[in-house]
Amino acid sequence: MTVIFDGIASGMLLFLISVGLSVTLGLMNFVNLAHGAFAMLGGYIGVTLLNHAGVPFLAALPLAAVATALVGVLFERTLYRRLYGATHLDQVLFSIGLVFMSISTAHYFFGAQQQPLTLPDFLQGQINLPGLDIGIYRLFLVILGLAIAIGLQRMVSGTRFGAQLRASVDNPRAARGMGINVERIFTLTFALGTALAGLGGALGVEMLGLDPTFAVKYIVYFLIVVAVGGSGNIKGSLVASLILGIFDVAGKYYVPEIGAFVIYAVMVAMLIFRPQGLFGRAASR
Amino acid sequence: MTTLALQAGLAPVRRADHWRPAELVFWLLPVAAYFIFPDNLVLLTQIAITALFCLSLDLILGYAGIVSLGHAAFFGLGAYAAGLLAAHGFGDPLLGLGVAAVVAAALGFVTSLLVLRGADLTRLMVTLGVAMMLYELANKLTPITGGVDGLQGIEVLPLLGPFEFDLYGKTAFWYALAVLFVLFWVARRIVHSPFGLSLKGIRLNVGRMPALGTPVNARLAAVYTLGAAYAGIAGALLAQTTQFVALDVLSFNRSAELLLILVLGGSGSLYGALIGTIVFMSAHHLLSELNPQYWQFWLGALLVVIVLFARDGVMGGLRRIGARFGANGGTK
Amino acid sequence: MNYALQTRNLVKKFGGFVATNDVSLNVEAGARHALIGPNGAGKTTLINLLTGFLEPTSGEVILNGTNVTQLAQHQRVKRGLARTFQINRLFADLTVLDSVTMAVNERLGLGARFWKPVASYAEAVDEAAHLLATLRLLDVAHEKTRNLAYGKQRLIEIALALAAKPSVLLLDEPAAGVPTSESRELFESIANLPRDVTILLIEHDMDLVFRFADQISVLVSGAVLTEGTPEFIANNPKVKEVYLGEAISV
Repeated sequence: MTVIFDGIASGMLLFLISVGLSVTLGLMNFVNLAHGAFAMLGGYIGVTLLNHAGVPFLAALPLAAVATALVGVLFERTLYRRLYGATHLDQVLFSIGLVFMSISTAHYFFGAQQQPLTLPDFLQGQINLPGLDIGIYRLFLVILGLAIAIGLQRMVSGTRFGAQLRASVDNPRAARGMGINVERIFTLTFALGTALAGLGGALGVEMLGLDPTFAVKYIVYFLIVVAVGGSGNIKGSLVASLILGIFDVAGKYYVPEIGAFVIYAVMVAMLIFRPQGLFGRAASR
Repeated sequence: MTTLALQAGLAPVRRADHWRPAELVFWLLPVAAYFIFPDNLVLLTQIAITALFCLSLDLILGYAGIVSLGHAAFFGLGAYAAGLLAAHGFGDPLLGLGVAAVVAAALGFVTSLLVLRGADLTRLMVTLGVAMMLYELANKLTPITGGVDGLQGIEVLPLLGPFEFDLYGKTAFWYALAVLFVLFWVARRIVHSPFGLSLKGIRLNVGRMPALGTPVNARLAAVYTLGAAYAGIAGALLAQTTQFVALDVLSFNRSAELLLILVLGGSGSLYGALIGTIVFMSAHHLLSELNPQYWQFWLGALLVVIVLFARDGVMGGLRRIGARFGANGGTK
Repeated sequence: MNYALQTRNLVKKFGGFVATNDVSLNVEAGARHALIGPNGAGKTTLINLLTGFLEPTSGEVILNGTNVTQLAQHQRVKRGLARTFQINRLFADLTVLDSVTMAVNERLGLGARFWKPVASYAEAVDEAAHLLATLRLLDVAHEKTRNLAYGKQRLIEIALALAAKPSVLLLDEPAAGVPTSESRELFESIANLPRDVTILLIEHDMDLVFRFADQISVLVSGAVLTEGTPEFIANNPKVKEVYLGEAISV
């Protein structure tokens, strides 16, 4: 049971980071491999605020998200924007370039070592039930993840912004004709995606660690979530993250000799049998 | 042939499949490099191997338009295949190359069936997933592969009988260069054949090809398999010339770096793959001596700049210069 | 009667929308058959079903007496069914000669030959050159497709289809987008196509249809409204009703 709960918690963390990628990839159709770099940025901002500026943990989280989003907007305005119409290959190359740069930059400022992070007292410790040990921080992740999933789902499907976003993606020209400021919508969406990455990155330091290779180490996992969940699909991302988290934790616990192999195999199988993802609609090509 | 009269009505053109003088000069460069940089034979050998690896990606990406984030899968598989053979007493280098090619081609063929099912994004993910699976396998099968410590105990027999692999890397250099040249020559023939032409057609307008009667997926599967075999041979060369296989032959970084090298040189041109490799490896050699940590930063910056401003790479730049030169020359 | 191309009760549904509704079309061998209909009548869907780009929900496509419903696009081409596209689908960076040679290669079964250079298969290059000559494209044979005027590019569309030596040729709005200054040449080329090639013409330009076709089928809302000779169609009140506002002049 504890293994499953840990799996759910790690799945939630995965969801928090990768849902931002799902948003930019699914809704804006941009293959942003630098998503992990934005998460890493959020992690470093969070750690710096905590350890050097003495900001309390719960305040550091939103600050990390906002600061990451600001950087994201800066990049969107200056660079990403130019590649909206480009091929996926160009987007991949461009974002790999950003990843390389981010790794070196992190190295320059923070060195190669893992960053320490001390959780506040009220998030430490465990609740011990018969047969189930619940880490309080993990419980915190689960609750936060659910709240964000629900909020996002509401926003994309139920608000004016969501409708405008979907219109802008489906047909930018028509959306423009209807008076929607497509550029602004895309900038905001990108900001949202990077804010989630930053938040997830800051939350993830405790479980995933934080060093300059973070930008590339977990990107495969994020991509798996998006591929399995169906890009742009928030519920799909959530379910995929949970499945992935549980399989990953359980796999490492029970059959460590196989390791991550199962995860990749599951992903490839998924892509073959349901290329549009778990909950995706049939691809319209 | 009577209708040849019709062709006579065509203006004569220089046939693209004929070797040009500039190409011959190009292939004299590595020979010259051997004498000019006798102390850098290891680097030169690495360049030749990477060039072959890059050529293999060029075949599938540049000519057939298949985007791959996991091309290292075939490179690594070839390296392990040749390495394991040589570590278990089958040290003949050409045998190693052959087996590596066959194994990598087999994986290429099988995965092509998966890769071709999807659009770009699915292809990215499937190629990446396959490479990551192999990486994990090699990582976990420590008794066979050596895991993170790498595969050791590789003993390669003398090439063709008399040519021992020497400490200075002379044999290794000529061996790698010869393999590169032969496979380049083969690729060059293929690119200029009807098959190669149909690949260009697929890249330029995949939707039209079935209407010409082209079995598109069969062609793409063929070139993907070929590219995999080339990559496998490149991996085998690395294993044999360094007598070691590190786990990172299968890494994501290697696949990503290779993409960079290819776009740097200019994809869709065989010489683009070679020139990209030469430029990249030389720059790496020089810059990482100065500042190994931040080499990666400039690498990333370069990639961003290429995508935004110079999408056709070095070869594109050369072509533009050539076009301007030709226009000034007033050939017609 | 000898039919080159037939459909039997062809139906195509997209979700709840019926794009092709029980179409049974008979195109006689050697005919100049036109398919007309207002926008959204399902002409393009029908073409896509005929060529195999789409799979029908039910019904059959019969090419020269053989049921080809299960065959892929390229296999139908090999059996003699070629098409042009409403919007040019060409190879912008290939020369005209290379494009057409590529198409001829496929018909001759040379497309997978990987060792000898393209130019060494003289029979294919000759045939491509011959085709270019008949369409008066020989002088631009070595130009890249992207550098040609639109009217010329329309001719390359036709050349690529003819390279398959089709027994049935589907022309999907061949005159679409061609400026009037270039259209005469195009019409002549179409009129001069060999008589043994059966042609199914999908066209908006009534001028071209009535000049060219000997049989016309009218498609409305996915179903065949009526068919017959040009005189019959021109005087058919139902057709006039459908085309109200679009002048039909004979």
